[in-house]
Amino acid sequence: MIEIDHVSKRYGDVTVVDDVSLTIPKGGMTTIIGPNGAGKSTLLSMMSRLIGMEAGRITVDGLDVTTTPSRDLATRLSILRQDNHLDARLTVRDLVAFGRYPYSRGRLTVEDRDKIEAAIDFMQLDPMRDRFIDELSGGQRQRAFVAMVLAQDTDYLLLDEPLNSLDMKHAVGMMRMLRQTADELGKTIVLVLHDINFASCYSDRIVAMADGKVLHNTSPDLLMTPETLASIYELDVSVHDIGGHRIGVFYR
Amino acid sequence: MSVSTTAIAQGVRTHWRTDRTPLLRLGLLLLATIATIVFFMTINTRGNWDFVLPFRARKVVAMAIVGIAISVSTVAFQTITENRILTPAIMGFDALYMLIQTMVVFFFGGHTLLTLDPKMQFGVEVAIMTVFSTALFWVLFLRSRYSLYLLVMIGIIFGALFRSLTNFAQRMIEPSDFAVLQDVGFASFNAIDESLLGVATVLVLASSLVLWRALPELDLLALGRERAISLGIDYQKSVAIVLMATIVLTSVSTALVGPVAFFGLLVANLAYLVVGSPWHRYTLPAAALLGVMALIGGQTVLEHVFGMNSTLSVIIEFVGGIAFIVLVLRRRPT
Repeated sequence: MIEIDHVSKRYGDVTVVDDVSLTIPKGGMTTIIGPNGAGKSTLLSMMSRLIGMEAGRITVDGLDVTTTPSRDLATRLSILRQDNHLDARLTVRDLVAFGRYPYSRGRLTVEDRDKIEAAIDFMQLDPMRDRFIDELSGGQRQRAFVAMVLAQDTDYLLLDEPLNSLDMKHAVGMMRMLRQTADELGKTIVLVLHDINFASCYSDRIVAMADGKVLHNTSPDLLMTPETLASIYELDVSVHDIGGHRIGVFYR
Repeated sequence: MSVSTTAIAQGVRTHWRTDRTPLLRLGLLLLATIATIVFFMTINTRGNWDFVLPFRARKVVAMAIVGIAISVSTVAFQTITENRILTPAIMGFDALYMLIQTMVVFFFGGHTLLTLDPKMQFGVEVAIMTVFSTALFWVLFLRSRYSLYLLVMIGIIFGALFRSLTNFAQRMIEPSDFAVLQDVGFASFNAIDESLLGVATVLVLASSLVLWRALPELDLLALGRERAISLGIDYQKSVAIVLMATIVLTSVSTALVGPVAFFGLLVANLAYLVVGSPWHRYTLPAAALLGVMALIGGQTVLEHVFGMNSTLSVIIEFVGGIAFIVLVLRRRPT
């Protein structure tokens, strides 16, 4: 369980996250949505100790993220940011092997190697395991980074806009894979997404943010109504039932 | 997405190939370095072994210490800044060094600078440079938690300030004093004071050992701050350790031979090319060996082929400067 208790983040005079309290239960997939500048990524960064907070406290399974040693947190929680740039020239396998660092400290055991190979297989990177990261397409590179996070084998996976730079096929593949990770491996997945329909089709819970505050924290079915979406995005969205999912249409 | 997830749960035993190429290349570099040293020690000795060997051995130790300090600190600095065209010299070390020299001449005259006790001079210079960089780094990076880039930027600005002060003071001194300063402005690998070798060796080996112990952290830091933290690094602490070692190494090498800008850049990037592997357990020793080889080999060629004695720094900086331009031009826009 991730507990966010009256957390605020300010940059100068601008309050990016404003006194947010939120509980993310263990298991399943929780998606954070909201317009640009809502504070979604900032909240995710604070949950994963990448940035500090001005007020409040965040705990993961009871461990305070600001005081718990980074090394201990790294075996419970992993974060993948949207930035896919990498200066070091690494092969796919080298990169995925970094996911085992919290356990191996650079000396890989047989178990580490098995988990690395399994993560590579799971992300269908098998044909390109010895290719260099900078030679891959955007989608392949994204999958390689997800494989690294999978190899880290943490209970909590935090992903900031994992569908960025993916085409339709790979976006669907990524969401299916994350769903599978939650269902079959029992991981807790927390995502920031821009596409409300992906959020609606795959999530167990949706947290809607705007102006640094949490507006809604509910199931996809309850969230996906024209009134609720209008309150989040200030945009008219018609919602339809298609194939058992609530789909928002907002293109014109 | 048909691959079974049980693969992760059960664990699949797969053949894991260990790439021995970087180790092999490192071995070849070591042999080449030893060959260079042996060549330098024995060429044109004319049988005068008792005098020549100890004399040249001291030179070898001096150049090796400087070569290791500059190259190892550059690799470590490039890793923590995630930038392969930077050297620690950019933090204003050369400018501070010149300012110290100029101030001595300005207040006490050129004669004083030339007759100072080298041990005292070395100690004071290393102390001033280390204290300055550490203070800057303490205030900006550890206390205020600004980014490393801001720290580097402010180092550059301080460098500009020191250079202006140096220029100002140099305009007001005697022409003969100015000539003394011009001479110290060029790095001299050949005229290292032997009484300093002991202290310098200890400082350089200790700092290198600190970096060697931080090898896995260095590999992680190369992935960038956020990924390193996600993988469980105490980022502030790791960067602090690496940066402190870098500061000591750069201060020592600058105080020993004078300001060097491009040499570190040249050997660091050559090392990446030669080992063809991102792991610091290969790149750090490779850079150190290349640094030693470049200085001793270059000195051998200069002394015995061209019969010159003091222009190695000019040549190295010339080649390094060209390498810098090539690196900048070849950088892909991101």
